[in-house]
Amino acid sequence: MSVLVNKDTKVLVQGFTGKNGTFHAEQALKAGTQVVGGVTPGKGGSIHLGLPVFNTMKDAVRETGADASVIYVPAPFAKDSILEAVDSGVKLVVCITEGVPTLDMLQVKRYIESTDVRLIGPNCPGIITPGECKIGIMPWHIHLPGKVGIVSRSGTLTYEAVAQTTALGLGQSTCIGIGGDPIPGMSHIDALKLFQDDPDTESIIMIGEIGGSAEEEAAEFVKSYVTKPVVGYIAGVTAPKGKRMGHAGAIISGGKGTAEEKFQAFEKAGIAYTRNPAELGKTLMELLKSKGLR
Amino acid sequence: MNLHEYQAKDLLAKYGLPVQQGVLAKTPEEAAAAFDQLGGKFAVIKAQVHAGGRGKAGGVKVVKSREEAADITRGLIGKNLVTYQTDALGQPVNSVLVCEDMYPVQRELYLGAVVDRSSRRVTFMASTEGGVEIEEVAHNTPEKILKVSVDPLVGLQPFQARDTAFALGLAGDQIGQFVKLMTGAYKAFVENDFALFEINPLAIRGDGSLACVDAKVGIDSNALYRLPHLSAIRDKSQENERELKASEHELNYVALEGNIGCMVNGAGLAMATMDIIKLKGGQPANFLDVGGGATKERVIEAFKLILADPSVQGVLINIFGGIVRCDMIAEAIIAAVKEVHVTVPVVVRLEGNNAELGAKILSESGLKLLPAQGLNDAAEKIVAAVAA
Repeated sequence: MSVLVNKDTKVLVQGFTGKNGTFHAEQALKAGTQVVGGVTPGKGGSIHLGLPVFNTMKDAVRETGADASVIYVPAPFAKDSILEAVDSGVKLVVCITEGVPTLDMLQVKRYIESTDVRLIGPNCPGIITPGECKIGIMPWHIHLPGKVGIVSRSGTLTYEAVAQTTALGLGQSTCIGIGGDPIPGMSHIDALKLFQDDPDTESIIMIGEIGGSAEEEAAEFVKSYVTKPVVGYIAGVTAPKGKRMGHAGAIISGGKGTAEEKFQAFEKAGIAYTRNPAELGKTLMELLKSKGLR
Repeated sequence: MNLHEYQAKDLLAKYGLPVQQGVLAKTPEEAAAAFDQLGGKFAVIKAQVHAGGRGKAGGVKVVKSREEAADITRGLIGKNLVTYQTDALGQPVNSVLVCEDMYPVQRELYLGAVVDRSSRRVTFMASTEGGVEIEEVAHNTPEKILKVSVDPLVGLQPFQARDTAFALGLAGDQIGQFVKLMTGAYKAFVENDFALFEINPLAIRGDGSLACVDAKVGIDSNALYRLPHLSAIRDKSQENERELKASEHELNYVALEGNIGCMVNGAGLAMATMDIIKLKGGQPANFLDVGGGATKERVIEAFKLILADPSVQGVLINIFGGIVRCDMIAEAIIAAVKEVHVTVPVVVRLEGNNAELGAKILSESGLKLLPAQGLNDAAEKIVAAVAA
């Protein structure tokens, strides 16, 4: 068991024949993922990486029975691709694309709310259940099948948490990179709920960063719903106000969304946390030991 | 990307918003001519910079004659204006907006809009307390701020604008005027990918009519590809030179005040690297995300940017190799260090694929490169190297 994706998940690639789509589809196949084909409008009927290419998502889903899609199209086309995926019948859409306009995402989110489809991203590394299914751009070889659920707004910081939990032998159940945009598809709360409800996830690492109040809301949620051990971390203690720190969503605006506020929210909710990104795994291990789980 | 006041007013006027009349001037002569053109007894000269707090910083002045308009303009143009929102150097003033005198004003209101992240809606904020910092109003008297949330699928509805108008205490003709203003503002917001919109103050003039006296507009940079009319008027003189240079090379760079330069892949890890330097007693000099492909060319450009900051006394490179092999990244770093002639100590932490081979290549390079094992070690080594 795991969250959202496993060895049975059939994945389609939107933007399949492009440079990014091709490279990451190859990597996903190497990691054992069931990539069943892809979509590039106008190239339907051809074969790419030994898999069928379709003109539309509807055709692709009908022919392959896919239940997830991953999007590697350029930002101007991301909204269209997400909505096409939502309407095609897949239940999970992962958008890797960076630079999607915020107003596009407002409409996308509003539309998705009326369906039972989940969106991860945009501007994210994707989702992986180690050893079973990799949808996205993360390096699969650093992962280890295990019991830690990881949710993060940052790609490379997720890898940091993965490497540390792998080194300690804890491994990961599923890692979800929700992305660095101000209007993400899935939120920390959505991921926390899935991890809490997943019998194979024993503990959770939640990585946030400056900007917005998603981590504060997540801390409240942990307090009311999550009984599994959770370790929190926030990046951006040293970030200046009013400056966008790489991610579109990582900005302290009007004095709100500072790392300090978020750490305080963790404190208030009784969530274990560390201020040292090198000690995510260590902090979790200590927490597990204190609860007699190791 | 931010717009100047005059650019924002031009844009909003196209959407039917009643804006204070003004004429842009780049020289004292143009300012004098603008004074005549406006034809009032008084005029207001406003420095055009990307920063709030201009009034208190001397960037907004009332003038009584064409000569005074020219004098004030002479004193502003070519100077840097330092406000509480700028850094110590301030923002360069390249033009002024000569505006009509609004006197007398009955009341000053506030109207703003942002993309609210929690509700995932464009949210308007309106208040009877205009003309002051809205953050202060929000902090001291939150009940005086009215919020209106817009469903992106149907857009702002006239009833929402009417509700707002009545709540602001408007009456008679003002209701219709305000509905037109607010619906125009929403249309401008969604058609131009605003990230921020603010009219402060929104004046009620002596005759009861409404006028936008100041306008602040920020644009979603991700949407500039579909806003050619706005990217064409981007004023790069208002942006940090190094940050601008970085964006030309698709690097994300933000200058800080410390002495340890950072080069990292990924925005989150880049922030975390700054934080751990601080945690270990050092001060980061910058945020820099080199992105996924840490190629020789990108590493060279990143080094140039970091070392252009004279306070940098050491550099920490922190790369999570991911899919790219660490030995390749090590080669890129060595080539870049040789080409840019780096003389300060450089600590390199490579993680991921072939990390050990990468570290070996670095230590055998004969260059001043210190390989580190893990984040803690990397931060400790660079802090020690800079302190030595």
